[in-house]
Amino acid sequence: MARMKFLCDAERCIECNACVTACKNEHEVPWGINRRRVVTLQDGEPGERSISMACMHCNDPPCAAVCPVDCFYQTADGVVLHSKDLCIGCGYCFYACPFGAPQFPQTTNFGGRGKMDKCTFCAGGPEEDGTQAEFQKYGKNRFAEGKLPLCAEMCSTRALMAGDGDVLADIYKERAVRRGYGSGAWGWATAYGADDKGNATAPGRGVRQS
Amino acid sequence: MKAFRHLLVLMALLLAAPALQAQEPPGLYKQPGPNSPTSKEQVQIYNPAQDQIMGRVSIPDYKLSLLVQPEGREWREFRMVMLPIIAGAIILGIVAALLLFYLVRGPVRIVGGRSGRLVPRFGTLDRFAHWTTAVSFLVMALTGLIVTFGRWLLIPLIGHSAFTPLAEFSKVAHNFFSVPFVAGLLLMLVLWVRDNIPERADLVWLKTMGGLFSKHGEHPETGRFNAGQKGIFWSVIFGGAALAVTGFMLMFPFYVTGIGGMQIFHVIHAVVAALLIGVIIAHIYIGSVGMEGAFDAMGSGEVDENWAKDHHRGWYNQLRRRTGPADTAAGVGHRAAE
Repeated sequence: MARMKFLCDAERCIECNACVTACKNEHEVPWGINRRRVVTLQDGEPGERSISMACMHCNDPPCAAVCPVDCFYQTADGVVLHSKDLCIGCGYCFYACPFGAPQFPQTTNFGGRGKMDKCTFCAGGPEEDGTQAEFQKYGKNRFAEGKLPLCAEMCSTRALMAGDGDVLADIYKERAVRRGYGSGAWGWATAYGADDKGNATAPGRGVRQS
Repeated sequence: MKAFRHLLVLMALLLAAPALQAQEPPGLYKQPGPNSPTSKEQVQIYNPAQDQIMGRVSIPDYKLSLLVQPEGREWREFRMVMLPIIAGAIILGIVAALLLFYLVRGPVRIVGGRSGRLVPRFGTLDRFAHWTTAVSFLVMALTGLIVTFGRWLLIPLIGHSAFTPLAEFSKVAHNFFSVPFVAGLLLMLVLWVRDNIPERADLVWLKTMGGLFSKHGEHPETGRFNAGQKGIFWSVIFGGAALAVTGFMLMFPFYVTGIGGMQIFHVIHAVVAALLIGVIIAHIYIGSVGMEGAFDAMGSGEVDENWAKDHHRGWYNQLRRRTGPADTAAGVGHRAAE
């Protein structure tokens, strides 16, 4: 069992938005919801860098902490998932998340945010793996099939990587040594903390339905 | 000549290039240099946590251009630690104080007992405004407390699958009742603001707290509303307005403010709500079990003459001057049953 993480190498990302498109297509995410997006820093200036960002599946997820209905859970692989059956669409996770990951349908209606939607690390939700009910609520469950998130799998420059956090860090470090520079793993300090790299073998809290 | 000028411009640009490079912010622009890592151990992977990072996105949702917002952590701290302490202390503190007050002082009695003669105090419109606001406030207070504290107090009792429908209903009811609340608030403002302007006589009331703390103390003469009621009125007006404004901001996300603003509005909303709930608990106490005859004012709208003389002598005298002696005046008469 490994601690699953995303790592986006800002030196490699070319802002092609293929990860965004792949995610939307794979999970049939509705209009207005972006589980993943590419943010360009210093756009049009020297030193421009792009970073692909989604839910970082934090060690101590702020979304899970503030949720009034306690609908989040973290799997044994460190993937942060939530139950749309429990979610009431209050938006608290959205206030607390440092990465803007939680998304809501109909954000402009009279107090009518729908159920929260976010990146699942292609690992579905509390429903039984691979079922139609799971797909409709959370998208494909590639994880149960032994596959990694599609966004990272199809990244043409291998900028976005997903998988065991220790392996990702190792690959990234090797790259940085070879090319002589690197701006670090974006969001890692916020999501995992420099001194809390996550316990890969710690048990998840499991799914709670009642 | 023209070619020479072009050459000059080119040279100027070339000369300026290093200067431009020097201005670049550190972090993003990277080149191998003397400080380049030579081994994996030297590679920094955990960037020091930075402040808010904004960029640009090519998707239509501009608000996603915020890459990292560390303020979420402070808001989490407020929501999970500060708010339960603040709200819990205020609400439980008020309830404990009132309980103590009830046990020590007991209810405020009508000094001469009930006279049986009734004096009209609040008309239908007055009571409509009061109860519209009151019912909406109670619903919103209760539903707000359910959403805020349910995770700790209700989920262990009723479980997740039962709490979610309750929380969902609470959210919808909380949003819905904001409309009658604001309507009632405005109506009360229009109806009662004239009689709630602070005046010198209020200082006298405040000095003795209206005789609240002396068992058979004298009641200072007050008009339609005493200083305590004026305090309640203005807390409700200003607190209610603050709750309404911040609440609507939260209800319509991104119309006026982004996440940062919503975090601040949520903090204001929660703290003001806790304070106002405390004020209203005290108000409910003194309007029901805490004072004999007080509920009639907002219940039937007619109060006992002795109650009126006790608590609002100034207002009573004025009324008497307008309508003549109690027994003959219209709208003032014996209650048949008592």
